[in-house]
Parts: sequence; C-alpha cells; structure tokens
Amino acid sequence: MVLGVLAVVYMTAPNTPPAAAPETGQTRGSEKGMFVATFVPQDGAARQNELQDWVLTLKTATGKPVENATVEVSGGMPQHAHGLPTSPKMTDYLGEGRYRISGVKFSMSGWWQLKLGISAPTGSDTVVFNIVL
Amino acid sequence: MRCFPAQFQEKCVAVFHRELRRNKRSARFRVSAKSGNALSLILVLLLAVLVAGCERPQFSEAEKRTVASLALSALPPLKPDTTNRYADDPGAAALGATLFFDFSLSRNGTVACSTCHQIGQQFQDGLPQGMGVGRTNRRTQPLAGVAFSPWFFWDGRRDSLWSQALVPLENPLEQAGNRAAYARYVKARFGERYERIFGPLPDFAGIPASASPLGSVAEQSAWSGMSDGQRDDINRVFANIGKALAAFQRSIMPKETRFDRFAAALAAGKEPKDDAVFSAEEIQGLKLFIGKANCSTCHNGPLFTDHAFHNTGVPPVADLPPDRGRIDAVAQVDADPFNCLGVFRDGGPEACGELKFMVRDKPELIRAYKTPSLRAVAGRPPYMHAGQFGSLEEVVAHYAKAPLSVEGVSEVHPMQLSERERVALVAFLKTLSP
Ligand SMILES: [Cu+2]
Repeated sequence: MVLGVLAVVYMTAPNTPPAAAPETGQTRGSEKGMFVATFVPQDGAARQNELQDWVLTLKTATGKPVENATVEVSGGMPQHAHGLPTSPKMTDYLGEGRYRISGVKFSMSGWWQLKLGISAPTGSDTVVFNIVL
Repeated sequence: MRCFPAQFQEKCVAVFHRELRRNKRSARFRVSAKSGNALSLILVLLLAVLVAGCERPQFSEAEKRTVASLALSALPPLKPDTTNRYADDPGAAALGATLFFDFSLSRNGTVACSTCHQIGQQFQDGLPQGMGVGRTNRRTQPLAGVAFSPWFFWDGRRDSLWSQALVPLENPLEQAGNRAAYARYVKARFGERYERIFGPLPDFAGIPASASPLGSVAEQSAWSGMSDGQRDDINRVFANIGKALAAFQRSIMPKETRFDRFAAALAAGKEPKDDAVFSAEEIQGLKLFIGKANCSTCHNGPLFTDHAFHNTGVPPVADLPPDRGRIDAVAQVDADPFNCLGVFRDGGPEACGELKFMVRDKPELIRAYKTPSLRAVAGRPPYMHAGQFGSLEEVVAHYAKAPLSVEGVSEVHPMQLSERERVALVAFLKTLSP
C-alpha cells in the first residue's frame, strides 16, 4: 500500500504541459479544396539536420492523379522568427501524380510548417503541412 | 531509502506538501485519516517519514532525451567527404598538418594557419578579431568538429573545408599570398610528398612567380596573362593544398567533457561519479539551457549547433567595415570557382545539396551568422563573430535583453532571467569543457 501511494506521488509530480499539437497528418486537402496532397519523406522518416528528399502525391478531389504540376516550397517555424534553412525544390516527376521535393532540411526540433504552392493545368492552390520533430 | 540516484532527484517533501495536497486521491486519503482511523493516521506518519527520505526524478523523460541528444556519444561518425578524395588519406592529412603550421605559406613568411588557429588554444587565438598580416574583421573560430559543418566561416561563404582553407591563404589581412607562389613553394619544398598523393605537378616554365585572380594589381595582371591551361594547373595545385589542409583538419575532434560524463550517467540511470557529479547550480543551468532559456533550440545536437544562420541582434563593432553576415556570403559562395558545383570537386554532384538548395534571398539572412558550437566555450572568450562580448555573463545578458538588430530582424526575444538563473547558465556552460 505504501508503495502504491508513493507511486501516486511520483505520477503526480509536476510536468510541463505539452504545447497544443498542430495537425500533423501526412495527407491533407489543399486550401481551396482543389487537391488532396500526401507528403512523406522518401526514405520513411524525417530526420533533424539532414538534407532529405520528400515525395508529394497529388490527387484531385475525385482521386485522380494530378500531372504536369509545378510546386513551390516555402515555410518555417511558426513559433520562431525564421523560415526554412534550405530552399527545397521540386526536382522530378515520378509518375502517377507523384513529385520529388529535394533539399528539405529541419535544423532544429519543434514545429515546422511547409507550404506547398501547387500550380496544375486545372488551377492553383496551396497546401500546408505541419511537421513536428 | 533511496529510490533514484541522488543526482537526479529533489527532495520530494516539497512534492508531498505542494502536489499531494492538490491531488484528489490524496484528499480522499486525508479525509480518511481525519475520520479518526488510527491505522490511517499511523500510515500517513509512516509515509511522511519515508517520503522525507525519498526523492523524485529531477529530469522529465523529454529532458532526458534532449540531454542525450547533446552528448558527445550522439555524434555520428564523420561522413566521407566525396568532394575531396584525399579527405581520409593519411598522407594528405600529414602534408596538411605540415602546411597548417608552415609560416612560409604567407606573403611575408610570418603567418601560418596556426597563427590564428593555435594548437594549445582549441585552434583559436583568444582575440576579438584574428590577426594575420593585418587585423581581420572576424573572430577566429575553434576547429574541433569543424568537418561536420556544411558551411564555413561565420557567414558560410564557403561550402567545403577544403575550399575554406584557400581563402585565408590569399586574404590580404590573413596570409596575404598568391596561388602561383604557393604552388611553386609546394613544388620546391614538398614536391615529392605532393606527387605521391596528388600525382604529377605541372610544368612551371612560363608561370609567373606571383599571380592570382584575387591579388594585387600586378598579381591579377600576371594571372590574366597566363593561358587557360596554366591557370587550371595552378588552380589544381591550389585546390590540392586546400584538400590536404582539410584532410588534417578533419582529424580535429571535440573531447569528452564533464557534461558528457553526466549525460552518460543520466542516460544509464546511474549515479554520476567523480567530476561527472553536477552541482545544484549546474543542474539548474542545464535545465534552463534546454528549457526556459531556449538555448538548445539553436545550440542543438552533440556539437551544440544547428549549423544554420541566425540574426541574434549582436551589435556591430564600431571600427570595422560594415558586416551584413550571411546575406552577403550567398553571392560569394555561388561565385567561388572552388565550390561544390565547380570543376575542382571530386566525386559526383549529389554531394552539392547544401549549395544547390541554399537559401539565397530571404531578408532573415541579413546579419545572420552561423550558430557556433558551445563545446569548450568557457575556455575561449571573447564571444560572437567579432569578439563583441568579453565573458559568458555578457553573452547571457545579451540574449536575455535581446536588443533589436541594427539591420534586419533579430530572432531572439527578451526573457526574464534572474541573477541566480544567469549564474546557473554560465555554470552549466563551464561543464562543456574537458
Ligand atoms: Cu526554430
């Protein structure tokens, strides 16, 4: 019993409450609803302080792959007064609505935002991804 | 009774009084004690005695992860530098070491790399600005772990260790020489060693004694008088001098510190021993460093740097030329014939991601400087890119005050830090020395 009470003491020791977590889903709808975008690191996991390739998969609202799009990447850390440490660029079309975005780097842990400006023959829209390291 | 190693705990009497009282379960418990149940009362007293001798963990799991990420043991092995095929060649490193300490690699024979990068002083010089042939504009940086950086100089105006090494050789304020003279000198003094590593030296017949695209008017006109082939020959020897110097500098690594020994014990859940025991003040400083004071945001990873550029509102030095930091370095590294995309790179262009995807035109590059490593920082005042601050206390005061930048926008925001907290932060920074 004493051990049980002690355990309660430890479990209730003060902890910093976690900051409100941003939506970090890897698939998101674009702002005007034109595209459904999936954005994932090419080799599976986002790592701090490493240049990485990411793959963006673009589909229309009805699920068709979006071809012949161009993608502009911007972003930064909303809680810090700085942008991205690199200028990621679209470097390849991989077929079936998939685009390679190269030069993605996160130089510190925390909440990052990547804003992808997408221009396709059918129109332009923006999609924002939150990444927490 | 000891539940956890003493280093990682605080007396939990405080927890008992402050936290338990707020806890619903304990409220119920107290009610039952008040209700006259003698056994409960005895249990409470017994508990109080036990708890007084017991303690709670001092670091949260998140804090432990951050501490572990800063430890030297988290440093990955140095990746091969494919842009310099001699980077891990022992012969090249040995020649590089010789050249590093050679005063003849200067215009007047009095300055070597080691003049500013002094071997007994963490390869820096303790001066606000380095002193070569003249007084430079920037603080000499230490070299431990330098090869892990993607960018060189405070403003990142070079993108490899070997192309960096070429700049002071010709800078009129540093070694102030010229590449044609250096190539001739290497042939005369180290010809055999050079050729064993890099292959045949060029034919120097018809090559001027002094020539460089960056030198004096006479040196520049001598350079433009040379044929394309001659210029390429000299540039190649010059690049190889840089590659040898880089091979040597790759071997300069940070040493294990008190902090690393403390971090190892914390990670293993063991009691730190001997000098790995941290004082309460050092622990407070560490917790501030990775917490409220936000130092580890930029000073992250085992080298305590994010290898990136930030405007932190560090004031300019009155009698130095205007210095805009990273924003002015972008064009320089793009124009450097020895950069990763140039013809002197070994290996493939896939090594050039940092240059290819470099941020070129953001206003936040104005007066942005590279985050320096904090390893062994207490042993090398003054601080900042031009030695603006004489002590760590001044550095901490600067970040707490967070003044506006003279140009561009500082990323740092003012923060309340008590005198005790400032002292604790400095005490922690001192644990980053061997
Ligand atoms: Cu940040």
